[in-house]
Amino acid sequence: MAEYLIRNGFVFDPVSGVNGDRKDIAVKDGKIVESVSPSAKVFDAAGKTVMAGAVEIHAHIAGPKVNEGRNYRPEDKLFNAASGVGGMRTTGGFSIPTTFKTGYNYAKMGYTTAIEAAMPPLYARHVHEEIRDTPIIDEGALPVFGNNWFVLEYLKNRELENTAAYISWLLRASKGYGVKVVNPGGTEAWGWGLNCLTVNDPVPYFDITPAQIVRGLIEANEYLGLPHSMHIHANNLGNPGNYTTTLDTFRLAEGFKANNRFGREQTMHHTHVQFHSYGGDTWGNFESKSDEIIDYVNTHPNLTIDTGNVTLDETTTMTADGPFEHHLTELNHLKWANVDVELETAAGIVPYVYSPDIKVCAIQWAIGLELGLLAKDPMRCFITTDHPNAGPFTRYPRIIKWLMSKEAREERLNTFKHAEKVIGATLLHGIDREITFYELAQMTRAGPAKALGLKDVYGGLAPGMEADIAVYDINPESPFTPDQLEEAFSAAALVIKTGLPVVENGVVINNGNKRTLWVDAKVNENPQVMRDVEEKFLKYYSVTLNNYEVQGHHYIPNPYAIQVDATQ
Amino acid sequence: MAKTVTDVTCPFCGSLCDDIEVQVSDDGTKVLEVFNACAIGAAKFLHTAAKDRVTRPRMRQEDGSYKEVSYDEAIEYTAHMFVNSKKPLMYGWSNTNCEAQSVGHEIAEATGGIVDNTATVCHGPSLIAIQDVGIPSCTLGEIKNRADVVLFWGCNPAHAHPRHLSKYSIFPRGFFTGKGHKGRKMIVVDPRNTDTMKLADVPLQLEQGRDYELLSAFRVAIRGEELPEKVAGIPREKIYEAVEVMKNGRFGVIFFGMGVTQSLGKNHNIDNAIMVTKDMNEYTKFAIIAMRGHYNVTGSGQVMGWQWGFPFATDLSRGFARYNPGETTSNDLLRRREVDAIMVFASDPGSHFPISSVREIAKIPSVAVVPDINPTTEISKLHVPVAVNAIETGGCCYRMDNVPIDARKVVEPPEGMLTDLEFLTRVRDRIAELKAQAPAGVRASAEAVGA
Repeated sequence: MAEYLIRNGFVFDPVSGVNGDRKDIAVKDGKIVESVSPSAKVFDAAGKTVMAGAVEIHAHIAGPKVNEGRNYRPEDKLFNAASGVGGMRTTGGFSIPTTFKTGYNYAKMGYTTAIEAAMPPLYARHVHEEIRDTPIIDEGALPVFGNNWFVLEYLKNRELENTAAYISWLLRASKGYGVKVVNPGGTEAWGWGLNCLTVNDPVPYFDITPAQIVRGLIEANEYLGLPHSMHIHANNLGNPGNYTTTLDTFRLAEGFKANNRFGREQTMHHTHVQFHSYGGDTWGNFESKSDEIIDYVNTHPNLTIDTGNVTLDETTTMTADGPFEHHLTELNHLKWANVDVELETAAGIVPYVYSPDIKVCAIQWAIGLELGLLAKDPMRCFITTDHPNAGPFTRYPRIIKWLMSKEAREERLNTFKHAEKVIGATLLHGIDREITFYELAQMTRAGPAKALGLKDVYGGLAPGMEADIAVYDINPESPFTPDQLEEAFSAAALVIKTGLPVVENGVVINNGNKRTLWVDAKVNENPQVMRDVEEKFLKYYSVTLNNYEVQGHHYIPNPYAIQVDATQ
Repeated sequence: MAKTVTDVTCPFCGSLCDDIEVQVSDDGTKVLEVFNACAIGAAKFLHTAAKDRVTRPRMRQEDGSYKEVSYDEAIEYTAHMFVNSKKPLMYGWSNTNCEAQSVGHEIAEATGGIVDNTATVCHGPSLIAIQDVGIPSCTLGEIKNRADVVLFWGCNPAHAHPRHLSKYSIFPRGFFTGKGHKGRKMIVVDPRNTDTMKLADVPLQLEQGRDYELLSAFRVAIRGEELPEKVAGIPREKIYEAVEVMKNGRFGVIFFGMGVTQSLGKNHNIDNAIMVTKDMNEYTKFAIIAMRGHYNVTGSGQVMGWQWGFPFATDLSRGFARYNPGETTSNDLLRRREVDAIMVFASDPGSHFPISSVREIAKIPSVAVVPDINPTTEISKLHVPVAVNAIETGGCCYRMDNVPIDARKVVEPPEGMLTDLEFLTRVRDRIAELKAQAPAGVRASAEAVGA
């Protein structure tokens, strides 16, 4: 394979502790190496910023609800469709781009790995077909467990080993990456049009609480020693005053210790915390509680979070939190799609316009930024938009601009229609911190990679790691405007994925060689779980057991299976 | 001893039953017997063993007769047809797997084609309605496990989706539905007294073409407002009764078919039916599901969705994906004589399109890629018979509720026969070769002078 040398750039790599030094990065056979031969192809990165390829920890980019979003919103494709040039595929879509555009857009921004945030196991094939058709980026998907009937029954009876054995079985059947929980218990309640709004609301019929589900799944996750922790979207998303539910959920992780061979330290990853940091009790007195939330996060190293930044765009919300989407369509009266999935989960979709002229939207925008700016440990707070829920992932460069420039965010804050009220209901105006390039690399590379249990593979530039590299046309030592920052992070000067140049001068030049990540967790044989599985398929599923597991080249042409041994 | 293949999916209707058992000959070439399938599904399996099957491509001659040609010649003809066409239509896609659909899309991008699936004359109006007002829905297993009110509107599953009632919607005993059909209330709305209606607790035989009025009356009744004495020929007491049944249910569902999508009102009927469903969610849990016809028409919409963003009628003739039903839909294109070549893939427009469209297909260069002789093959210039999907080859298919199932290969196709995926892949590669040979400028200037 070819050798490359990225010469003389300003390197920011928290993994090897390099903070803006001028360094060469050498690539051979798809990996970062100490040095290469003189025949290596040289890229001159003088005056440019060099980082590892970024890692997306939470985005809805593949699967049934994403595709329903595409198919039911032809308006999302207006004025942005483009033909494929030079071997690239046709692209289209803004908030829910086609799979090809998703891969190209991530790569253009220097993102080289992404995790699809919610995979309904019954629809796993669909998720994998879309992952297959998303070029360049390595991708894994998190199956949802928090409303799964097997899990609810095992945890009600406090059967830890059976829960773990079932997780192991389902990860293999769905080719999933980890344990995702969305509105624990609440989505099952939605099967009857109900919800669970606190961690103590009982789930109808199953007679278990969200708190028991969450604690049980953390325990099972650590029993197995999975690379990623339990990854949760808590109850009561999006409602004024919900920060207390969020704190209650955080506390459920207390007392557990991370157990894995991947260097992961947290036992709970709480996603899109912006949607969970609201004070007030009506939309009228809606306010930020990001300080209370982040105080807890700062003092509890067993927790990682991502932000879920509102980007102030028209977008398409979609979540396995079925009751929330019904609540949202009642609020904004835009078209509502919903799918309840037998024995497993549900999902809803509603378009949403985050208007800068609406006070609540502007407060949401501020809360997302506050979380990023108040977090003391950038290795535990990651930038996301919960794509496409708070905005499309293509707005990352703009969020980076707001986080790295007080001037840029003050300009935005002061031009809101209700600027005064927004400033009064938030903390942002009083925060002077500007995220540094090094901290940015922690929040978008090293941090998420470590939280996913991939710290030796992705997110860094140390020799032996995957050669995923992004070079941005911005000089950290010369003055630049906030807009130049956004521009530089929008279209990388060079992106290398697994040793292959895929983007040059902001243009995608190669469809790459993407891999599908999944976790193969081995457990001791468990006849009871297998009997339960057979029984549920025979009686309650609408497909047969033998037609459930995702297998075959046409679904996963290039697998990257991470082995976990929990048989001891 | 014959061997039995289990967990086989049935390539007939959108129910996509996956519990079929098929007994095949020892050498794995012949289907001997089919278990669990309905009469239509079983016939489809057994037909693969028919002695009169065409197993090689056939080219139409000047005198109207057909001459056998090789697959190589068929690939050559098809590739040239695409390369020489300015605006080829690629219609069908509902009786094949998602892998073949995907390769078809590559050809469309390379040649500026228009891809349209059978929804264009089936549930296309439903897809348009979903774009207007969304769709609260669920999987078929949810119906089995939870539903106690089931409403069929403009569809007749007793004949068109024969195992639907027993496998998913009326008779099965599920987790919360231990009494099976005894615990379910069944409402059927149809202008005909169908065999499905004969099973109904609340049969509503409405005047034909009055679905929109009756759906509106349901919405009025749900709100508890006053109705006129009769709506769509149904006395108001019956409407109130039906709505009372719906409101008293814990989990209700509306299944709807072509009786509402293709009759007066079309997508507006579905708009209204979806809004009935949404309204019902103020009172209880309610879902709505389209009774999709072909076993993988849903898959075609899915693949088009993630690759281009639209569920049918996608036009690549400008190089990028465009969608405008009424303009980019097959019948409109054919009747306006806007396409200059057609590939019919895994479907039969000759049976289902209006005669004005069928005449146009007969006039322009045409290839029909389908396993058997049908009215379309008899007006096409070239018929390419291929292995039967989900029997002689596997692949991904999507059920009417969008659940993907991997179809199994049960028997070998007749010797030397290609699958449609193999045929299409070779056409795609041949098109790439032809395009690489012709300098880009030549084709562009030829187009400019209308050659």
